[in-house]
Amino acid sequence: MKTYASKGWRPTAVLLLLLVIWESSSRFLAIQEWLFPAPTTIIREGINGWSQYAPHLLSTIQLTLIGFAIGTLIGLAVAVILHLIPSLREAVYPLLILSQNIPIIVLAPLLVLWFGFGVLPKLIIIILVCFFPITVAAMDGFRQTNREYIHYMKMAGATRSQLFRKLEWPHAMPSIFSGLKISATYSVMGAVISEWLGASEGIGVYMTLASSSFRTDRVFVAIFLIMILSLSFFFIITQVEKRMIRYQTEGERDANG
Amino acid sequence: MPMAKLEIQDVSKTFDGTSVLDHLTFQLKDKEFVSILGPSGSGKSTLFHVIGGLLSPDSGDIVMDGSSITGQRGKISYMPQSPSLLPWRTVLENVLLGSEIQGKTDREQALRMIEKSGLSGYEHTYPEQLSGGMKQRVSFIRSLLSPQPVICLDEPFSALDEFTRHDMQKWLLSIWEEHQRSILFITHNIEEALFLSDRIIVLSDRPAHVQKEFTVPFSRPRDPSLVLTEPFLTCKKQIYKEIRKLS
Repeated sequence: MKTYASKGWRPTAVLLLLLVIWESSSRFLAIQEWLFPAPTTIIREGINGWSQYAPHLLSTIQLTLIGFAIGTLIGLAVAVILHLIPSLREAVYPLLILSQNIPIIVLAPLLVLWFGFGVLPKLIIIILVCFFPITVAAMDGFRQTNREYIHYMKMAGATRSQLFRKLEWPHAMPSIFSGLKISATYSVMGAVISEWLGASEGIGVYMTLASSSFRTDRVFVAIFLIMILSLSFFFIITQVEKRMIRYQTEGERDANG
Repeated sequence: MPMAKLEIQDVSKTFDGTSVLDHLTFQLKDKEFVSILGPSGSGKSTLFHVIGGLLSPDSGDIVMDGSSITGQRGKISYMPQSPSLLPWRTVLENVLLGSEIQGKTDREQALRMIEKSGLSGYEHTYPEQLSGGMKQRVSFIRSLLSPQPVICLDEPFSALDEFTRHDMQKWLLSIWEEHQRSILFITHNIEEALFLSDRIIVLSDRPAHVQKEFTVPFSRPRDPSLVLTEPFLTCKKQIYKEIRKLS
């Protein structure tokens, strides 16, 4: 908390300043509400409109979590398989990189064509945007295992599976978590975009409805909701990381104390 | 005379046409402490890799207790030059790693060893918080707790400062005298080799073969003041001359 008080005031002050400029400029320059609403209008809508957007929010959260969970599992599985079978990695890895040059969004119409407007194409989009950062991060983590540790493990007679379970997997944990953090924010984005394509519920739907009826304040509410969702998702993963990777946090605590 | 625990029989190894080990032959007896002394780059590490089974010799055999272990991993216990403690494991978990790989762990024994080594209170700390000397102690306990009868130490104290190094040598001897195991100790420090071992094998420059063997005449337990006595210095000179011949 002390560090927050000593360092956190600067960005907070800048943020407040920006909000004040925004608010005063929309009041004094008399900008149309539907064009660019003032922060107070957005906040009011955010509070009053809760009952309207709550079901949408819930549906997006659900979609994001399911997609993220499946994407993570697939991402990790792909990473482990490619790592353990080097010949397969050499064959597939370049294609994997290449596939990431296709913006997943442009596949969306195709997915709708094949799978309709149900949950499946939406989940596929989220899984596609999520799994790549995790796969790459995990594979990097496995590959960057300290040579000295590998050397010790081999001299001590470790089998391939012991080498992986006792050394490479735990060694890749921090790396996997950075992949998870990136994927978490991607998955929220993926969920919203998939909802734009056609859905009955979700923040994406709420957003398109608001923009087509010129309720710009609601569009802003949606944007902030998405931001909050992404941030809290990120935060949760950071917390899990702190719990699981104890040895680093203890070291930091020691350095601070 | 006890039988040979480990025999290096006529081992040769060549890398890309350069011969590194040249018909190397020596023995390690049961409960004996033998140092391998040689100039740096003389193939000492290659020798350990061959003994540990990471490399296969071009010719020759590694024999333990009468049967060949050439090219087999996990037959010796190993302490590397850097401590190589896994950062996500506590001291206790790290100490158990070697035996865990071999399939049997003894927590109680591990705790006793940690206590005896003057590391009590650190069982559940992570390696990052230990000093260099403490890490090496943990690394040595790990190799002692591994079930294999022969321990190979690869210049374990070379990265430590002079004071810590002396402490560690004293500590190593006291622990070893209690739990006698066969030890093969690589070093490039003559004094260290003399102070610790029963026998010293001097390797030649590349390609390495046994240049000379010395039997260390001092009785055990040894006192650190030994290194300043006349006989010790005489031995040191003798070995020094032998190494000078190489260059």
